[in-house]
Amino acid sequence: MVDEILAGPPGEAEGPPVEPAQPRVGIHGGGFGDRIYSGVITLSALCVPALLLLIFWVITKAGWLALHTFGFGFLTSSQWDSVKQQYGAAPALYGTLVSSFVALVLATPLALGVAIFLSEFAPAWLRRPVAFLVDLLAAIPSVVYGLWGIFVLVPFLRSWVMPFLRDTLHLGATPFFSGPAYGPSMLAAGVILAIMILPYISAVSREVLMAVPRSQREAALALGATRWEMLWGAAIPFARSGIAGGVILGLGRALGETMAVTMVIGNRQEIAASLFAPGYTMASLIANQFTEATSDLNLSALMAVGFVLFVVTLLVNAGARWLVWRTSLETSI
Amino acid sequence: MRSVASRTSFRRRFVNGLMLGLTYVAAVVATLPLLFVLVYLLAKGVSAVNWSYFTSLPHPPGMGGGGAANAIVGTLVIVAGASVMGVPIGIGAGIYLAERKGAPLAVFVRFLADVLNGLPSIVMGIFAWELVVVPMGHFSALAGALALGAMMIPTVTRTTEEMVRVVPSTLREAALALGYTRWRTSLRIVLPTALAGIVTGVLVALARVAGETAPLLFTAFGNDFWSLSLNQPMNALPLQIFNYAISPYDDWHAQAFAGALVLIALVLIISLLARAATGRGFARASE
Repeated sequence: MVDEILAGPPGEAEGPPVEPAQPRVGIHGGGFGDRIYSGVITLSALCVPALLLLIFWVITKAGWLALHTFGFGFLTSSQWDSVKQQYGAAPALYGTLVSSFVALVLATPLALGVAIFLSEFAPAWLRRPVAFLVDLLAAIPSVVYGLWGIFVLVPFLRSWVMPFLRDTLHLGATPFFSGPAYGPSMLAAGVILAIMILPYISAVSREVLMAVPRSQREAALALGATRWEMLWGAAIPFARSGIAGGVILGLGRALGETMAVTMVIGNRQEIAASLFAPGYTMASLIANQFTEATSDLNLSALMAVGFVLFVVTLLVNAGARWLVWRTSLETSI
Repeated sequence: MRSVASRTSFRRRFVNGLMLGLTYVAAVVATLPLLFVLVYLLAKGVSAVNWSYFTSLPHPPGMGGGGAANAIVGTLVIVAGASVMGVPIGIGAGIYLAERKGAPLAVFVRFLADVLNGLPSIVMGIFAWELVVVPMGHFSALAGALALGAMMIPTVTRTTEEMVRVVPSTLREAALALGYTRWRTSLRIVLPTALAGIVTGVLVALARVAGETAPLLFTAFGNDFWSLSLNQPMNALPLQIFNYAISPYDDWHAQAFAGALVLIALVLIISLLARAATGRGFARASE
């Protein structure tokens, strides 16, 4: 008798409650309308992979002539000569990597600071306004950053920051901060990129930090940890791969950012060690040279640069998403 | 013994306070650029935003006056065209992802939508250029709309998915129990419930593409005259800002600042509308 009561009705005893009976007309079959509806939404979903494939195919086709003509040397040559019909993307590739690296170095600590501030330390009344303002940074169009860069950031770097780094801090002895301060430079591109990717890194980091289970934090605090020790010892290790994903996501943005960079980087086809020297990124090379392209091979070379950019950002984004996804999987268990 | 303990605890409290302070500093430093940009634009641009800015065509440099009427209309036309292409596909894909959460195809599509979201806008420009401009032989607003429309798809997809997912399953089950078919449940019950959220997603995507310049360089190209034909080159506000900003003329610079103010106002209004719809907004990386 007691056993029977304990066992209860069969449905309740065995783990999760049995789902309410589903109508037979599932999404897979049943009525004619259901089948059409299911077909339409499946087709819409298939548009996403189809679009990516189409982009890949179209861009490969556009750059094929140049990729075929120059082969692997396209990535290592630094000539861009429309008279001799020789094209190489090395300076643009170098500029893309360096400007993005500078941006990451500047933006990552700041973005992490903001994310920690918003998820841990900020008083409740400050949270929403600050989060709003940081999100707003992502809403400003790239071309507006470029405009501000030309008239404010570049002159400021030229007359204050560059002399300060080179002469006051004596960093001019290193190749990275030497040479004349023109203004439009790799440094300017890096700074403006840092401003632009900061909201992305901080948004993802904030989210993964908030996803850290309460029990982790409380356990650390109960052991007598200060708030910082709790964060450093318990929360951040938990959120580490998600934060890395956010940083790489920011990197993806920085690699492909076009307008603001085109407007402040100085656009010169040369590899220079100094951050004060003008340069090119892949995106700014395409944007800047497109209207001046004279021959089919020239155009195709630009499109080949686009192809390289596409492949690089595709890989970077896929990696970042995988990292973020893995964290969310871990924290949801 | 006691003094050792208090010394350690002083060091720990000091580090704690220092780090706490540093995060405050980070928050201030991160919001400063926003302040600088907005204040500078207001200082430089307000005087050039006047009636003629909204009503007249661009003037050649040195003539003074002139405006961006065709660019403003062009931006609206191109963005509207982009929505026509991007929104239905995005919503359809979003519903699919929400209704078949765990299906292998859904996982795959979700991942690819996120990857697509991170592709540089200039790549979309090249794509539309090669697909539309090259075969047609001339630049066109249509190509610009295609590039921006493709950029809208992933954002709309992911927000729609999120919004459809949070519709309580009891609503769906109630409709099914009353004998509604699946498709009518979805269209008559689930979608209207999620509508505000979906509208937010669409507006966030709109705000994001309205400010895009790079894809339009190769597609809509720009135009100094009136054009409402999708088959012709069309001016857009971001294009005009770019062209004026890199020009050497002072009166064009003033117009560029005015354009930047108008563009930011446009983007902010769309973003605030998006926030008003559901209390969320802005093109967040995590969405």
